[in-house]
Amino acid sequence: MSLSNVVRPYGDTTGDGRVQVSFTLPVPGVSAADRALGEGAALQLAGKMGLSPAMVVHTKPIGPDFTFFIVYGRVSHLVDLSAVTVPEREFELLSPAEVNLRIRTALGRKLVVVGATVGTDAHTVGIDAILNVKGHAGEKGLEYYREIRVVNLGAQVAIASLVTRAAAEQADAVLVSQVVTQRDAHLSNARELGAVFRAAPEFAGPARRPLLVVGGPRFDPQEAAALGVDKIFGRGTTPGEVASYLAHALAPVPAGASASVPAEAGA
Amino acid sequence: MTTAKLNLDPATVKLARELAKRAGEPVTHLARTHTTVSIERAVLRLAGLDGADAAGMPWVNRLADAVKDAVGLEHGVALPAWDAMVAGGYPDLRTLAEQAADGQVKFRIPAGGEAVAARELALRSAKAGVAAIDAQRALRSRMIADLADPPAPWIYLIVATGDIYEDIPQAQAAAREGADVIAVIRSTGQSLLDYVPEGATREGYAGTYATRENFRLMRAALDETSRELGRYVRLTNYASGLCMPEIATLAGLERLDMMLNDCMYGIIFRDINPVRTFIDQRFSRQVHARAGIVINTGEDNYLTTADAVDAAHTVVVSQLLNEYFAVEAGLANWQLGLGHAFEINPQVPDSFLLELAHAQLVRELFPGAPLKYMPPTKHMTGNVFAGYLLDAFFNLCGLMTDQSILLVGMMTEGIHTPFLSDRDLALENVRYVRSAAGRLGLSFQPDSFVVGRAHQVLDEAVALLRRIEAEGLLNAIADGTFGVTKRPPDGGRGLDGVIERADGYFNPVSDLLTVSARPDDPVSDLLGGDPE
Repeated sequence: MSLSNVVRPYGDTTGDGRVQVSFTLPVPGVSAADRALGEGAALQLAGKMGLSPAMVVHTKPIGPDFTFFIVYGRVSHLVDLSAVTVPEREFELLSPAEVNLRIRTALGRKLVVVGATVGTDAHTVGIDAILNVKGHAGEKGLEYYREIRVVNLGAQVAIASLVTRAAAEQADAVLVSQVVTQRDAHLSNARELGAVFRAAPEFAGPARRPLLVVGGPRFDPQEAAALGVDKIFGRGTTPGEVASYLAHALAPVPAGASASVPAEAGA
Repeated sequence: MTTAKLNLDPATVKLARELAKRAGEPVTHLARTHTTVSIERAVLRLAGLDGADAAGMPWVNRLADAVKDAVGLEHGVALPAWDAMVAGGYPDLRTLAEQAADGQVKFRIPAGGEAVAARELALRSAKAGVAAIDAQRALRSRMIADLADPPAPWIYLIVATGDIYEDIPQAQAAAREGADVIAVIRSTGQSLLDYVPEGATREGYAGTYATRENFRLMRAALDETSRELGRYVRLTNYASGLCMPEIATLAGLERLDMMLNDCMYGIIFRDINPVRTFIDQRFSRQVHARAGIVINTGEDNYLTTADAVDAAHTVVVSQLLNEYFAVEAGLANWQLGLGHAFEINPQVPDSFLLELAHAQLVRELFPGAPLKYMPPTKHMTGNVFAGYLLDAFFNLCGLMTDQSILLVGMMTEGIHTPFLSDRDLALENVRYVRSAAGRLGLSFQPDSFVVGRAHQVLDEAVALLRRIEAEGLLNAIADGTFGVTKRPPDGGRGLDGVIERADGYFNPVSDLLTVSARPDDPVSDLLGGDPE
């Protein structure tokens, strides 16, 4: 292990290890005595978090029973870059024009995407951000892609009706967004989605089952197999990433062919 | 009262209102000639029918369904229900409902003297319900007179634990921290339930079920806190979804103070049938008018799917439509909490000036309305430090343009439900901006960017209203005019609960609420009123 593989947080000098944390403790902070006790408690917590030395720079009572602290300190831990694992992106990021070309070349027809939120989740913000032409984070949504046909079923779709609709539309992919996470509803819904689609007589042959893609802010992208779906997207996913993944999974480049776009094809 | 700074042309403003009225009138006609299952259930609720069967299905649903199956609801639920009360000698509605659910009651549409008797009895029960709403309104006025009404802008904070018994201490803490209005976010599945759950609830998804008992518990807790703080703390919930009329009724009976009640939100964002929504909405607004409840409209939502610059005029159009539908239903200006939001991408050059132009335009278009201004959500990226700054600019814009109700932005928006400290920091932000710049006011050069932008948005709104008036509001909604979402008039949930009224339709509650409306025509007043 070479030395450059080890880093510490950078405040204003290499290796100073300086970080900032803020938290609330359920202790009173109005009187001077309470405040002193609270700051001591905050320092004890900071020490156990690996901050040494630490300094409480801000203390504020919130109501009679709570106190908010901002703490700066030197973190004693080292980060070993050689031991960091990063989930590999198994697909390359493509522009909309490249995605369109890939679909045209590989499928010779439009790629059909059916999207919905399932269960009790009424938050369409996630699925709309990916599907609506308006898009998200400066990228247009899948409706913008000429070679993708989007069927957005909206909120609170029963998984059974999603199966029926996906079959009727001959969907290549089903996109499901789950924002609500109370009592791990997002996980149980994703599991149910995987199980129901895999068992559905509509998709008897494995090749005909649409690709199951699930997204939401609290998913772990590495959990796809465990939940029985094909792909999971986490917080901050953009429409371009989803489109690139769909092209990768459903419209692969034939061996020896070039995926680049001729200049005149444009966007 | 706000001072006019944008030099809007009164003729253009009047034209915009006239177009909104013309676009809305066919929909109002639809609402006058139809009823819905939820409106009929609201009649039963106001007449005192409460509770649910062993499976949790409310008795109002069981009774309305029994009547619907036997004789249909096109004459209203009241006539056959109270006729059966008389004929069967039932002591109360609850007994009738239990017997009807067992298939023991024969319903019919009475005629002649029997119809007169049924109507009289129904009217008597409905009057008792309306009197209970009137008593709650009077109690609110007394409490405000005895305590104090907080100065504008009112600080609006949200609680959303899913458990009413967790919500209560959180709401009381938020009020002590400075909240003037507490909103209890509803469980996310509720808008699509075709019944109102019963009792105190502890299980909700991203929110707490709206039930009569939850309303009562929270209002009682906030009454206690109001007395402790010496100012009246208002309570908000959601009259939306498939049970909008019933929830409005329960809100009136349990003295909620504000209700989210948008004319198109359910259509666009919850895919509830447009016709069902407009019919339910008129009845629920009649109830709100009587109960002295301030409605909050949901235009901020359009800007979460549509672009806040490109779609700014759709917000104004929706506000004008909401105003027409509200005034037509009997709501007074002081009850129109029209919504809008600070949602322009901060990367856009002059984004703050654009926000100022939009906020000031809305202020001047609706000078007597308690505008509800919503903080940034779409461009809160997880960078809490930048988010805190954006929230400060939101607060500044809100104070500079005299917004009436400020929903306080959280730096951790989109990351988690607010920590105690998030809420405290957010209130510190508001307090600082209010004390540092609350009296800033502002004036714009007549040829300034802000004035030009406000005029442009108003002109675009008028152009869009012309199109909507020409093609019809329902068609415009089907075309995706609002929130970039297409909703056809025969699509969405709840159309099967819409019933065309027969000749002789009788609804004792509508009769009472309409009779009690002002004798003059409030919509004409609206158009005749000088917009300054």
